[in-house]
Amino acid sequence: MARMKFICDANRCIECNGCVTACKNANEVPWGVNRRRVVTLNDGAPGERSISVACMHCSDAPCMAVCPVDCFVRSEDGVVLHDKDQCIGCGYCLYACPFGAPQFPQAGAFGVRGKMDKCTFCQGGPGKASAEEQFSKYGQNRIAEGKLPLCAEMCSTKALLAGDGDVIANIFRERVTIRGKGAEVIGWATAYGTPKAGAAPAATEGKK
Amino acid sequence: MMRKLAKPAAVLAAFALVFSLSACGEKKVTTYEPGKYSGAPVAAPWDSPQFGGKQAQWEAAIQARTQGQNDYSRIPAK
Repeated sequence: MARMKFICDANRCIECNGCVTACKNANEVPWGVNRRRVVTLNDGAPGERSISVACMHCSDAPCMAVCPVDCFVRSEDGVVLHDKDQCIGCGYCLYACPFGAPQFPQAGAFGVRGKMDKCTFCQGGPGKASAEEQFSKYGQNRIAEGKLPLCAEMCSTKALLAGDGDVIANIFRERVTIRGKGAEVIGWATAYGTPKAGAAPAATEGKK
Repeated sequence: MMRKLAKPAAVLAAFALVFSLSACGEKKVTTYEPGKYSGAPVAAPWDSPQFGGKQAQWEAAIQARTQGQNDYSRIPAK
């Protein structure tokens, strides 16, 4: 069974924000909500690195643990989804998430925090509502069409990989082997579990 | 004078030590129990009009799509 994951290859990301734009456009994400964003480390300094960050669909998701109304669920293919009909917009998940994935739209004239919104791995959401209602709540359901999240499919340098964790880990491992550097993956331990359960691909000697 | 005060001070210090460390031997009682999901059920991705519940077909489609992200399988490295 596939276990859906993202990996962002910091050696390939060129900070083009194509993933961010693709996500916002495809899912018609409201103004002020960024399901995905590009973070640059050591900006302007030699050796700066950028990574595209969204919900990492953690194997042991902290958001699920802290939710007081238990609105989070893991789908059969390992995607962490949440039911917006149950969400009370408390914001605990935002504090718990190490990636800053949960987003809260401004609802109403007084800036009242709305229900949480986050990356759904382009898999829609829970419930059997009509396609239009599902789209307005959660965005596209590309996974049901046998496609991958649009952010990864639109990535021009293929820095952002999405899909079955084992398959994308192998793709990443092959890259590291061929180029001979860049084995570190930010957020690996949290998203993929403990190093024992899902060890990060180790750098091996390869062609440079 | 100092000797007279030393004994009560030592006793007091011993009591303070015993009281301050008395909770250290207690076992942690907080246990985390994951809650029960309260929302609507999530449909399996293969339960879609396109795949009609055929899990193997869906998995094959996703695997092929995922492997399509590998530059080295599309253009072999020299």
